[in-house]
Amino acid sequence: MTSLPARALRAGRLALAAGAAMFLATTVAQAQVAPPPGPTVEAIKKRGALNCGIDTGVPGFAFQDNKGVWHGIDIDYCRAIAAAVLGDPDKVKFTGTTAAARFTVLQAGEIDVLIRDSTLTFTRSTVLGLDEVAINFYAGQGFLVRKSIGVSKAADLQGATICVITGATLELNIADFARSTGAKIGTLLFDKPEEAIAAMEAGRCDGYTDDTGSLAGMRSTLKVPADWMVLPEAISKEPLGLHIRSGDARWQKIIFWLDNALKSAEEFGVTKANADQLKSSSKDPFILRLLGAEGDTGKALGLDEAWALRAIKVAGNYGEMYDTHFGPKALALPRGQNNLYTKGGLHYPLPIR
Amino acid sequence: MTRHPWFRALFGSKGNMIVTLLMIALFAWVVPGLVRWAFGHAVWEAANRAECIATDTGACWAFIKARFALFFYGTYPVDERWRVHLGLALLVVIGTGALFSHRRRGWWLLALMVLVPVADAILLAGGMLGLPAVPTERWGGLMLNLVISFVALAGAMPIGIALAFGRRSSWPVIRYGSIGLIEFWRGVPLLTVLFMGLVLLPLFLPNGVNVDNLVRALVVMTIFTGAYMAETIRGGLQGVPPGQAEAALALGMHGTQVQVLVVLPQALRLAIPGIINIAVDLFKDTSLVSIVGLFDLMGVVGQSVKDPAWTGLAAEGYVFAAVVFFFACLVISLGGSVLERHFSSAPKESKS
Amino acid sequence: MTSKGRALAWQAAAVVSATAVVLYFAHNVTTNLAVRGIQFGFGFLWAKAGFDIPFHLAEWDVNFSYGRALWVAGINTLFAAAICIALSSALGLTLALMRLSGNLLAAGTSRVLIELIRNTPQLLQIVFFYFAVLQALPQMRQSVTIGTSVFLNVRGLFLPAASGEAWDWISSATIGLVVLVAVLWKRMGMVVPRLLVLPPVLIIGLVAAGFTAQWDAPVLKGFNFVGGVRVPPEILALALGVSIYTSAFIAENVRASILGVHRGQTEAAYSLGLPPGRTMALVVLPQAMRLLIPPLTSQYLNIIKSTTLGAAIAYPEILQIFARTVLNQSGRAIEVMTLVLGVFLVINLLASAGMNAWNRRLTLQGR
Repeated sequence: MTSLPARALRAGRLALAAGAAMFLATTVAQAQVAPPPGPTVEAIKKRGALNCGIDTGVPGFAFQDNKGVWHGIDIDYCRAIAAAVLGDPDKVKFTGTTAAARFTVLQAGEIDVLIRDSTLTFTRSTVLGLDEVAINFYAGQGFLVRKSIGVSKAADLQGATICVITGATLELNIADFARSTGAKIGTLLFDKPEEAIAAMEAGRCDGYTDDTGSLAGMRSTLKVPADWMVLPEAISKEPLGLHIRSGDARWQKIIFWLDNALKSAEEFGVTKANADQLKSSSKDPFILRLLGAEGDTGKALGLDEAWALRAIKVAGNYGEMYDTHFGPKALALPRGQNNLYTKGGLHYPLPIR
Repeated sequence: MTRHPWFRALFGSKGNMIVTLLMIALFAWVVPGLVRWAFGHAVWEAANRAECIATDTGACWAFIKARFALFFYGTYPVDERWRVHLGLALLVVIGTGALFSHRRRGWWLLALMVLVPVADAILLAGGMLGLPAVPTERWGGLMLNLVISFVALAGAMPIGIALAFGRRSSWPVIRYGSIGLIEFWRGVPLLTVLFMGLVLLPLFLPNGVNVDNLVRALVVMTIFTGAYMAETIRGGLQGVPPGQAEAALALGMHGTQVQVLVVLPQALRLAIPGIINIAVDLFKDTSLVSIVGLFDLMGVVGQSVKDPAWTGLAAEGYVFAAVVFFFACLVISLGGSVLERHFSSAPKESKS
Repeated sequence: MTSKGRALAWQAAAVVSATAVVLYFAHNVTTNLAVRGIQFGFGFLWAKAGFDIPFHLAEWDVNFSYGRALWVAGINTLFAAAICIALSSALGLTLALMRLSGNLLAAGTSRVLIELIRNTPQLLQIVFFYFAVLQALPQMRQSVTIGTSVFLNVRGLFLPAASGEAWDWISSATIGLVVLVAVLWKRMGMVVPRLLVLPPVLIIGLVAAGFTAQWDAPVLKGFNFVGGVRVPPEILALALGVSIYTSAFIAENVRASILGVHRGQTEAAYSLGLPPGRTMALVVLPQAMRLLIPPLTSQYLNIIKSTTLGAAIAYPEILQIFARTVLNQSGRAIEVMTLVLGVFLVINLLASAGMNAWNRRLTLQGR
């Protein structure tokens, strides 16, 4: 009788030892094979494709046409980066990310860059370990309200109910705004804008709130757009842009200067159509440097000289991109803050020299 | 006073009459408006929503028409779509064979569970045998729903069988381990575990190892379905008369042989109705992967209404998705009842 | 004896390998967290939430903590689940009886409805019912008014709210007493059915309490009705969506268990002169209950899990408040999702334990 537990104990000990050995072995093996995420550019070149994290669908920023091809200003940025780094704008793997998962996916190294109409906040930068390298769209949170409720500014919304989508900073902004102005604004939280907009049209709430970039587009899709208006002011700042993981300085510089190159191109009148010609014919040293005819900007970034030229030729300069997706023929959103600083906007490209 | 039996069944008693009149009133209230919207005033040809609205007041089916291929294949390359067709044909042919063949049914089933997954995986993913590789982020639409349901169902079978036997084991560690796994997976909403799988799986793997998004969803769906499958199969195991196992033991078969060759086949036959229910549920649940960023049919519909040309047409998209899901599930149910009849009449099991 | 030893050895091996796997994952998680610079901890639960929860049964204010938000959202989830369980049981029984009734139209409609409901995704159904409800309700300025202080419109059902110390005491004492008596009914040797006695007692008690209360009636002020109690349309839509979906499954379970009751029982009841309605209620259904409980348990658990779909239609339940808003604001994906999973697991295990206890009691009673 005594042999039974003893045997079992022995067997158990044996198995324990085996398990521990296995555990140790895997840990050691893993410590050898898994270096921390290496320089992003090396990984991209080895892979032959840029992993770009984008929205699963938002008008103007990222959406698919009838053929399933991606369009939008965020998409153009992804393709411009691929053109600069890999020489081919089509070498991009687009990964649709949801609001809840976007930063975790970036942290996990599944994407190289997140261009997904995302605001960088203090918390995201510090707690999540991310950097917002460039801003490709200045937005603010605005309100779309029914004209008949007779409201002309956000502070008048005291007691109103607003439909909101969750997973963004929208709710917090409303709460902050309400606290700072003393206006009590009720919110109704939805997963997706389709439902939120439909509920608003059904009279469930008095208005809808979102980034100013989206509101104008939303209004045009309503059953009777004339019944609705976008309130003139924004209650928050939403600098939307390009996020990467902290810690890869070279990757950060490439993205930062690429954004500056696209905006500089607009400033100096370099377009998709005339870029090639300007490279050989221009007298302006700034343009020549930008397009790689002079200087060695490419080498400093670890790329070739034509990096900016290729990026500009994907979808044009920043202004051309904006026109394609938000201009009068698309969502008809005035440029406002998204104009260059020379035209009253906020985009102020740093000099490439 | 002889009436037609139908008349009696509808208006025979006071209660019947009230029910009938209520039903007719309900139909009269709902149906005409619906028909007007879906057919009478519907628009079938338009380049964008604005044209639709300018044409008529009903549904804008032109939207569905323009996006039809996207709804079925996602962004799977046009030139490679024959592979999807071939894969589906393989599934249908072998599936039908398994359903209707009288001889060598075992081989058909084996082919369905082993050959079809392997062949289809090679066909769809490519990258070998001269087929260009198609990365999974280009898989989408209804095709993705089918892939996920089929893989999850095929993978859930062995998991379910193992857990069902585990739950009946006389070894407490195995038994409680199985119970713990089953109850955990049955106790949490699929949506939350899908999200866990998407966000947290990479954290559980060695640093630097990345798993494809689709694979993560597949792993979660498979284990989740496996837990439900285990309970259904356990019901089947309980339905096999103990005399069967005793007789087999008396014939000199040993324990494992008895369970695998005698008890399990009978249990599976008893569990068929339950398994069909799981299959239908699973197929509907695949629509939840859209929430974790995969572009299944629901995901593509949700994303299609973001194209500035078509924004605001969510109703049409959702109605279309509902119809597609309805018919797909109906096909699964019908196939299931054929299977059920085929394997002689098994007593009806409720879904568990 | 050797086989017993072998069994122990195998089990020990299983325990060890399971522990090894868990340790391996834990190790990976800690390494990964460190490499990615993610901080792990539940301290954020005490941070200020700062957002509004539009519908709450428990007390809520924007200044409360994230942890409190989990509690408030949890109560909302349980509330929705309770309503859905009651409604789906009633609807399921109705659909099953329709299908078993002699009426061709009713049986056919029931059959078609069941197939239609069972074969379309639940999320679509919930969204559909939400907009159906919103379309059906009148606009705010055209509210349906009952008396002077009850309003029904697209924003919800507005009822007067009672308050005051006397009201609090008398009403809670009445409810507590009625629940206690209901539980102890049989033990107190009562013969009359409790449903005949207790509801009137409850109503009388609450009416009496009502006279002592201050009533705060909803008033249309500015954009909304202010004051009173508001029942939002989201809860109605969620209840309809989840209940109708689940009722299709419950109907099939009910039908199977009714058919499972031996035919002789019905015939015996008929020959004793019981009319069909009472035969169903007094003879068949009580026996069918015994067969019904296990599958019904799964359906009830499904309902609890399905309430998470309320996130799509702005019902503030756990998934929406915690796994969306709190997760997004705090960025604590791992902690938040672990908590959400844990909460659901606890709720479901408790519910399942309760149903099993009920099942045991029914089986004992039957013998």
